[in-house]
Amino acid sequence: MGLASILKSRLIPAELENHINRIRKPIGSLGYDPWGYNNEVMKYGFSLTRQIYEKYFRVEATGVDKIPSEGPVLIVPNHSGQLPVDGLLIAYALASREKNPRIPRAMIERFFPTVPYLGNLLNEFGAVLGDPTNCAKMLANGEAVIVFPEGIRGSGKLYQDRYQLKRFGNGFMHLAMKYKAPIVPVGVVGCEETIPAIANIKPLARWLGIPYAPVAMPFVLPAKVHLNFGDPMVFDDLEIPEEQVTERVEQVKAAISELIDTGLSERKRLF
Amino acid sequence: MVEKSRPQILVTGAAGALAQQVISRLRDTCNLVAVDFREQVYLGDDIPSYCIDFNKRSFEDLFRRYRFDGVIHLGRIMSSQLTRMRRYNANVLGTQKLLDLSHKYNIKRVVVLSTFHVYGAVAYNPALIDEEAPLKSAGLSADLIDSVELENLANIYLWRYPDLNITILRPCNIVGPGVRNSISTLLGMERAPVLAGFSPMMQFIHIDDMADAIVLAYNKPQRGIFNVAPQDWVAYQHALKLCGCGRIPVPSIPPILPRMILRTLNLRSFPSYLMHFFKYPVVIDGRAFAREFGFTPRRPLKEIFRFYRENKKPV
Repeated sequence: MGLASILKSRLIPAELENHINRIRKPIGSLGYDPWGYNNEVMKYGFSLTRQIYEKYFRVEATGVDKIPSEGPVLIVPNHSGQLPVDGLLIAYALASREKNPRIPRAMIERFFPTVPYLGNLLNEFGAVLGDPTNCAKMLANGEAVIVFPEGIRGSGKLYQDRYQLKRFGNGFMHLAMKYKAPIVPVGVVGCEETIPAIANIKPLARWLGIPYAPVAMPFVLPAKVHLNFGDPMVFDDLEIPEEQVTERVEQVKAAISELIDTGLSERKRLF
Repeated sequence: MVEKSRPQILVTGAAGALAQQVISRLRDTCNLVAVDFREQVYLGDDIPSYCIDFNKRSFEDLFRRYRFDGVIHLGRIMSSQLTRMRRYNANVLGTQKLLDLSHKYNIKRVVVLSTFHVYGAVAYNPALIDEEAPLKSAGLSADLIDSVELENLANIYLWRYPDLNITILRPCNIVGPGVRNSISTLLGMERAPVLAGFSPMMQFIHIDDMADAIVLAYNKPQRGIFNVAPQDWVAYQHALKLCGCGRIPVPSIPPILPRMILRTLNLRSFPSYLMHFFKYPVVIDGRAFAREFGFTPRRPLKEIFRFYRENKKPV
């Protein structure tokens, strides 16, 4: 107990603890929510991510205050870099903002719950299995949810395809419309360079039961990351044909593309 | 002579702790008849108690003799008990007989106890599963088929005979004093097995709260299927810790390995066919029941776990 409290005081300073406690999450009597988020574990995650965010990737976030301070909201970024580092950095940017911080929930690949230790750990940090029901229930709970409509098509793409948006699914738009959740587009620049992959060994991925098996260096490069948050986009909940939903998705995609271009033009060097 | 002002209720599964809790809540206001197919239990001079197989013809005599108004069917053989075939006969065919007789003798209210196991523990389960979600457990293990079949059966009767007013309750893990199911046994152990690297979210309901829920359900003739779970959650390994249980990790990958180990060990409290429930979460949404029947659980998780921590060595 003594050692645990010493470790805790080292890793989690009082101001960080107060910061997290200030963000009220709908949790049960033992600090968990139905998806496995845990307030205490989150504090360790937050402390660790601070180092990664500030020291390793030296993230520059612009416009994070555009995310509404309360109510359901969908944060929709481009996806890249083999590992879900982009989701982690966006989540930290929002959780650490001075005014009205929020702990967003990131929707993760269906593969993660099957991985021992990692699956549970991600859940405790607030990541949630990317299932439409989960997303719907969380929006109904008034949460901020990070969704990557490109899915593994985005995160698993090769270095030669960097900053090219892959096909977006329409599911997020249906949910945003149904739950009247504004969509905040985000352009992530830099994560493409963290793990540049030159090929994907599909048979190996199939054999291992993982989404993709990239040929890449076995470490994460310290590329400088720029996060550009766009203005919230609000869509009505009228019954419209799927074609028009796709058009709306394309509007979001165009907004993200623009934010990526802004990030790329602002970027002075890769590292 | 039977007083007509007091309702006559048949309670099955009388040897179980839950049924006895339900009986103690209803005995002042209702005339009860208790049955169990495992053993005959003495419940006081005012409650006739029988050890009877629902599939025997003599079971119908009870309906003739007592003219029941309602049935509370708690007599499920749990997946950790008896053989698969005997469970099927008792749970599925026995329930069918019970519902047939209920229809024949114009019973006006039936409450059936099911389990959250019917949803099945799958890696892709969303949290807060609604009552409309598909029942996936039959695809996971043949040992859980009887649970799903029992529900299907109750469902058919629910729609075919609306006069029966059937309500099916799917509770989360029922725990507390006297409960003998596998999760309660695990929480009560000095050291309990866990799958290495997996600590799924779980929900627990105290047996007293569950008994309250059943009585509330019986008293309001609202047909339907309802999850019963408090709005509180905890990870399995954390629950064990709070119960003062040591943890014995069972290797979890590749998936064939834990299955082989558990089949070899053949533990009653941690059977291989329930393995997935200790790997993936099955978090149900109990809000519809709470809203419809005005149910608020009163025993918090901490109190539940304190009981297990303080009763490691049974008297």
